[in-house]
Amino acid sequence: MEHIRLPKAENVRLLNRLSPRRSCVGTLYLTATHSIYVESETQVRSETWVLHSLICRLEKQVNTSTGSPLLIHCKNFQVLHFVFPQEQDCVHIQASLQRLSQPEQYEELYCFSYKPNVDEAERKEEWSFLNLKAEYRRLGIPNSLWKSSPVNQSYKVSDTYPAELYVPESATQQVIVGSSKFRSRGRFPTLSYYCKDNQAAICRSSQPLSGFSARCLEDEQLLEAIRRSNPRSDFMYVVDTRPKLNAIANRAAGKGYENEDHYSNIKFQFISIENIHVMRSSQQKMLDVCELRTPSMANFLEGLEGSGWLKHIKAVLDAGVFVAKAISEEGASVLVHCSDGWDRTAQVCSVACVLLEPYYRSLKGLMVLIEREWVSFGHKFSHRCNHLDGDSKEVSPVMDQFLECVWQLTEQFPCAFEFNERFLIAVHHHMYACQYGNFVGNNQRERQQLRDKTHSLWKHLWDTRGDYINPLYRTDNCQSQGVLRPSTAPYCFKFWSGLYNRFDRGMHPRQSVEDYLMAVREETVQLEEQLASHKEVRASAKCPKCKSVYSEEGPPLSWGLAPGGFVPQAGTPQDYSGGFIASSPCQQRSPVDGLAFTPPQNQTSEADLSVGSEQESGIADVSFNSQLSEEGPGEPDPDDAAYSAA
Amino acid sequence: MEFAELIKTPRVDGVVLHRPFMPTVEGTLCLTGHHLILSSRQDNTEELWLLHSNIDSIEKRFLGSLGTIIVKCKDLRMIQLDIPGMEECLNIGSSIEALSTLDSVSLMYPYFYRPMFEVIEDGWNSFLPEDAFKDLEAMTDEWRLSEVNRDFRVCTTYPPLVAVPRDVDDDTLRKAAGFRHGGRFPVLSYYHKKNGMVMMRSGQPLTGTNGRRCKEDERLINATLRPGKRGYVIDTRTISVAQQAKARGGGFETEANYPQWRRIHKAIERSNVLQDSLVKLVEACNDQSHSMDRWLSKLEASNWQTHVKEILTTACLAAQCIDREGASVLVHGTEGTDSTLQVTSLAQIILDPACRTIQGFQGLVEREWLQAGHPFAQRCSMSAYSNSKPRHEAPGFLLFLDCVWQVLRQFPCSFQFTEQLLVLLFEHAYASQFGTFLGNSAAERVRLSLPEKTVSLWSWVNRPQEIDHLSNPLYEPNSLVIWPSVAPQSLLLWEGVFLRWNRSPRCQEEAHEEMVHIIEYNKELQNKVNSLRRQLAQLETQEPPLQTP
Repeated sequence: MEHIRLPKAENVRLLNRLSPRRSCVGTLYLTATHSIYVESETQVRSETWVLHSLICRLEKQVNTSTGSPLLIHCKNFQVLHFVFPQEQDCVHIQASLQRLSQPEQYEELYCFSYKPNVDEAERKEEWSFLNLKAEYRRLGIPNSLWKSSPVNQSYKVSDTYPAELYVPESATQQVIVGSSKFRSRGRFPTLSYYCKDNQAAICRSSQPLSGFSARCLEDEQLLEAIRRSNPRSDFMYVVDTRPKLNAIANRAAGKGYENEDHYSNIKFQFISIENIHVMRSSQQKMLDVCELRTPSMANFLEGLEGSGWLKHIKAVLDAGVFVAKAISEEGASVLVHCSDGWDRTAQVCSVACVLLEPYYRSLKGLMVLIEREWVSFGHKFSHRCNHLDGDSKEVSPVMDQFLECVWQLTEQFPCAFEFNERFLIAVHHHMYACQYGNFVGNNQRERQQLRDKTHSLWKHLWDTRGDYINPLYRTDNCQSQGVLRPSTAPYCFKFWSGLYNRFDRGMHPRQSVEDYLMAVREETVQLEEQLASHKEVRASAKCPKCKSVYSEEGPPLSWGLAPGGFVPQAGTPQDYSGGFIASSPCQQRSPVDGLAFTPPQNQTSEADLSVGSEQESGIADVSFNSQLSEEGPGEPDPDDAAYSAA
Repeated sequence: MEFAELIKTPRVDGVVLHRPFMPTVEGTLCLTGHHLILSSRQDNTEELWLLHSNIDSIEKRFLGSLGTIIVKCKDLRMIQLDIPGMEECLNIGSSIEALSTLDSVSLMYPYFYRPMFEVIEDGWNSFLPEDAFKDLEAMTDEWRLSEVNRDFRVCTTYPPLVAVPRDVDDDTLRKAAGFRHGGRFPVLSYYHKKNGMVMMRSGQPLTGTNGRRCKEDERLINATLRPGKRGYVIDTRTISVAQQAKARGGGFETEANYPQWRRIHKAIERSNVLQDSLVKLVEACNDQSHSMDRWLSKLEASNWQTHVKEILTTACLAAQCIDREGASVLVHGTEGTDSTLQVTSLAQIILDPACRTIQGFQGLVEREWLQAGHPFAQRCSMSAYSNSKPRHEAPGFLLFLDCVWQVLRQFPCSFQFTEQLLVLLFEHAYASQFGTFLGNSAAERVRLSLPEKTVSLWSWVNRPQEIDHLSNPLYEPNSLVIWPSVAPQSLLLWEGVFLRWNRSPRCQEEAHEEMVHIIEYNKELQNKVNSLRRQLAQLETQEPPLQTP
């Protein structure tokens, strides 16, 4: 609280970037965890909640005749454009938010003050929802070829690796420790994924400390042991996911890549994925394009090309395809590494897993995969997502890219994934929001203590899974089974406006096929129940009780319109209603403790299909439901600037 | 002329056919007057029947005595035929070239085609102007159907019947026609029931460099305004293009002479630019070796998506003037047969729910494209692969279909038809067994006796099994105006046409099947539950309970 220099600013205008006429006036409140903007001129109370941990950049623009503008850029790609009538207010708000959005210690993060109505036993239970040991067992590990190794139990060999690691049966403690000394940060080659069908495995590590000529017998032995753990193949791939030039440059620093002459039976392969700095600037360039006010098609496509973003997405997917092919078609094991083995390596291993195994295309499977490849193997979430006030050069959208690769695959294989786009966006949101403890900290060792006081996202997502189901998913069709073989021709990659223009709701399809089908399916379930109960009634029709049973059901319904009050939608001309209204917690299903503010119970039309208790964090917009009835067609809202902007 | 003269080698054995995402077939290649046929004489393989008129260009290659012909079709498909024997290959190649570029319309396949299906309703009579006018009459008496163009003398590209303001006589129309490009005087395109506003279309006014004016033209369009109301003239050209048109006798409505009208200029490109754009786009889509940068830059350089955005934006603007501003609109470009029709037809998709049904959409195409005089024969004689220099070719209709697809994608539950209907119209506009898209105007269609001698595409489409195939399972009638987003992020490349042959359709088909399954199953259950309820209700009335509590 001591960081709030001004708890409340009045007569603040919130500008609508795409249709200026929709701008509104209201009051901005600062609380310990959220900024809350309350519109003052509407009949229905309308609020916009912004979680402070989601703020990534505050941009104070030069004063205009109308006041002092302040742009708030959020990590979930929301941009809020406020104009303060008093410059002093603007300065105070900016300074307060600057501090509030960049906590110095973990304890200041929202996950430590977020207290849903759950008792301690349940909270602990949440954390055991996913169990990586069980996941390895599901893969058939340990077995006669792979064993669990206690070597890193106390994080001594590698402080960024998990405690539980699996290595080839023949790898001795001495070989492992020897190898770990020859690898950056001690991240020796260890099992990531094992293919039960053909015994091929994906292993991961960091780069070897080979320099120009160094070699390490134990490291060579460990790779040989990995190859031997796949008895059906006489070679293995070593994939360096960096551009060759970068890898060569690393040699000068005593690092580098495997020399094929020193390792027996390896095929060495570079697959160039650029480093975190390139990715960070690429995403920023792409976001600049997204934020253009009224871009022409040429502006947009040129900008998209110039950002290089889709090129990088393609590179990640291409690498995943390479690894998946090696496993499934050649039956060869693959060792994947980059420099430290926690960014590109995590991307490539996890993309390959999604391609290889249907399980990872299920809701729980993707959670498990993220937990294993990203959380447990030490992807530096705190640094990459900039949870604490830290080095801006450590920030990078590496995990964003993985989620986007999965999204690109869902576009190519619409029936192959159990989850929908909303799920991927929810994971993205929570990765940055710090409402749950899952993505706080840089590795398992750091996270050990943090988890004692926070809640787990996975259980929460699982409990609300109804919102995240892809209605077209079927386990028995050909695209859900076996290995996915996506095309990676450039024209197969689309711009993901659902994520990057998430809050520009006017840009998205006004009717959602998915929501429509989900509503139909829900109704179908009810019909099945009624059918069963009616049959029962009919069977006992002669029983005198039947009348009362029947009358409880009420009069026959007419099944005219689609279920769930699904109303045809129209929108308004260039309806860029933005995510502002939508992002306020419009409905709350469970009481929230620990919030300075209790969100009001006002209902907007979109409340029903959105995520419920999640909304206190301001994530309401993860539901793209097509309900836009707040913009009734009769409402005169001519926005001629929109189409005639010439 | 006999087709036999053109067919140098009627059949070749041992030809191997390669098609995208289908197994290769070896069989006998036969050339007939209108088709290229490849048959393996085996039951389990699909034969190829390709209309010569669908062939845009061919490419011959030789490797020893094995010749290869790559056939590039107007629907953008490419197939490869491996033909043993150099001479056979050359003969086949030159025969295809001759047969696919027949000059005379009367030799086209629709004149020879006999339907293999029962014609339930003759499509030539399905969308008559008289019938459309009856609907209008039910809403307003401000308009009348004029026969001024009965013999196509006033305007060669208009149909014999056009709707005009009731108070304007035929003489005024004739004079106004003299002042408009191609005699295309302002006529009614759409009446907005909600507020009585209208959309009209015409050719450009022939003001020329010395600022000619025409009182009758002014009276004609002013007659469409309600007292005290202003209207909008949407000129689909930029102001500078419109200025330049003056030098060639054309021009635009000046404020001085049309004080009740506000003019808005937009920038929809003209025919040769569009054709060039299509060629570039298809070339970009077909080169699989592109890097991401190259693909995006070629996509951008083709400008196709820019055209889509511009056309859709202009149509939205017209719709907005009518629905939101409560103003009437006159749309024109130069001739009034291309960009004008794109705008007027799309605006109706946005405004009028009836145009989003299967029948209504056909009616729209009939009214706003065929009857309105879009010169299909000229515009669609070549597609993206043609090597010859384009003369009048332009993918204006394809762009219209693309824009409809964009709206359909944004409102997937508001259209009674699926993308399939749009793809089907694209195919048939370029090559067809039906006579619907032959000729350049209503007058030509009469002269060619198309209704008497050929079958209408609508006769085929409007059979129950075809309607079923084209129906959108998600359709819920939506009576509202639907406003699409025209942000670049919202407009996608139309994969169903441009990437159709680049990837297997299997996954999308599966998704569609699943969608149909979910909805069908729901309907089945509804029926079961309702019938059970009826049974229960009957049981109750027949057998009143023995005891009362």
